[in-house]
Amino acid sequence: MLDRRDLLKGAGLTALAATLNATRASALDTVTLPFANGERPLVKYPQKRPMIGLTSRPPQLETPFAIFNDGPITPNNAFFVRYHLSDLPYDLDPDKFTLEVKGKVDKPLKLSLKDIRKMKATEIVAVAQCSGNSRGFFEPRVAGGQLANGAMGCARWRGVPLKAVLEMAGVQSGAKQVTFNGMDGPVSDKTPDFVKALDIDHANDGEVMLAYGMNGEDLPFLNGFPLRLIVPGYYGTYWVKHLNEITIIDNVYDGFWMKSAYRIPDTPNNAVEPGTAPKATIPINRFTIRSFITSVPDGAKLKAGAVTLRGIAFDGGKGIREVQVSTDGGKSWVNAKLGKDLGKYAFREWKLPVKLAAGSHELKVRATGHGGETQPDTPRWNPAGYLRNVVETVRVTAA
Amino acid sequence: MQRTVLLAVSLGLAAAMGSALAAPVNYKTPDEVAAFKPGPGLEVVKGNCSACHSADYIKTQPPMKDRKGFWQAEVTKMIKVYGAPIDDADVGKIVDYLAATY
Repeated sequence: MLDRRDLLKGAGLTALAATLNATRASALDTVTLPFANGERPLVKYPQKRPMIGLTSRPPQLETPFAIFNDGPITPNNAFFVRYHLSDLPYDLDPDKFTLEVKGKVDKPLKLSLKDIRKMKATEIVAVAQCSGNSRGFFEPRVAGGQLANGAMGCARWRGVPLKAVLEMAGVQSGAKQVTFNGMDGPVSDKTPDFVKALDIDHANDGEVMLAYGMNGEDLPFLNGFPLRLIVPGYYGTYWVKHLNEITIIDNVYDGFWMKSAYRIPDTPNNAVEPGTAPKATIPINRFTIRSFITSVPDGAKLKAGAVTLRGIAFDGGKGIREVQVSTDGGKSWVNAKLGKDLGKYAFREWKLPVKLAAGSHELKVRATGHGGETQPDTPRWNPAGYLRNVVETVRVTAA
Repeated sequence: MQRTVLLAVSLGLAAAMGSALAAPVNYKTPDEVAAFKPGPGLEVVKGNCSACHSADYIKTQPPMKDRKGFWQAEVTKMIKVYGAPIDDADVGKIVDYLAATY
């Protein structure tokens, strides 16, 4: 009855229980992000490796940037965490969990996790990125979570297409939008609950997904266990965690988190003159295109001679056409070799062997998508600190 | 020796029944260590701000040129947008503390 595998499984469960119940506060060390007031504790949470602690209640954790050099898939235990409101469902029971689908449907649904797992599963590799990723680099600075570049990650998500669930429920004619609510909420009933909306056509595009799996495991608790919305190419604000309520409506949702928050200027490039306010705004939507050097940090000292630079690029879903690298501060550019294509929503790895003479060098990287859009040489600005995608520069010294 | 066997048996049973997996999550975050810096008005700030978020929300904000204007706007946002039940009499004290301390 008992074999070695059972024992190992048992031991694994005990270890899991132990890691879920770590109560000791543990600031392991501090890191200093490269902007004013950038000192942060490195903190250890259950199911996570040491992460950059932004806030503790609600928890917000940033991925240490060096992890992005390990490959195009961000490990679950290194994936960033962002919450808005402090009442988290810490005691949720996956056996009692239900997803409710209601509103303008012929057949309202209450689905258990088992019901959802019985449906035909699909997978997609997609980047999740916080709207405010890199906000700390904005100049002039703006209020909000002061993040460096680690509020992003790429995972293989497993679940069911939202479209399949909507078909089961039978969306009625006249439906305009679908709203998404998770089990996390405010501590005061005066605070608007975190609810997001997508247009019905977007919700029905077959790509938007209800995910229970992440990189071959259950979602970590802080990444939305047991079910979260995946909106490929769109900022993380739409990727509602602990998702348990889907409502089909026949109007445009006007809750705070759509109507007032997460808005970008309705201008070319969604930018305004730094320090000014836009006249009109629209809801934030797809990622801007970005690329990073991951193999050498800013300020690194390297051996002069041959070195292979590596990094990642991604965009809002057109896919990466090319990545160019400059070792002379942007005067000349060379095409990098792209890595394996994991899909148009995934991190695309790149690498390029270069020769660095003794002295200091400004390394730059610039991606171009299949739609032709590329990254600006100077930063664009908006009051909320969203959409950052300036060409990144890494300064190194070779000797 | 016997203890080891018993432990192994109970672990094995838990795994075989699969009950441990289906238990409520019971996720525990680490103790909150971030604290408000000392300063005049500290108690008012603790009493009003801590109900909804930890002190690091304030501590990590960027150094602004117009500190008073910045913090006034943040406190107003907490009241008007997020419904923070702050007495009118406390608003000035909170803004003064934040502008002087952060």
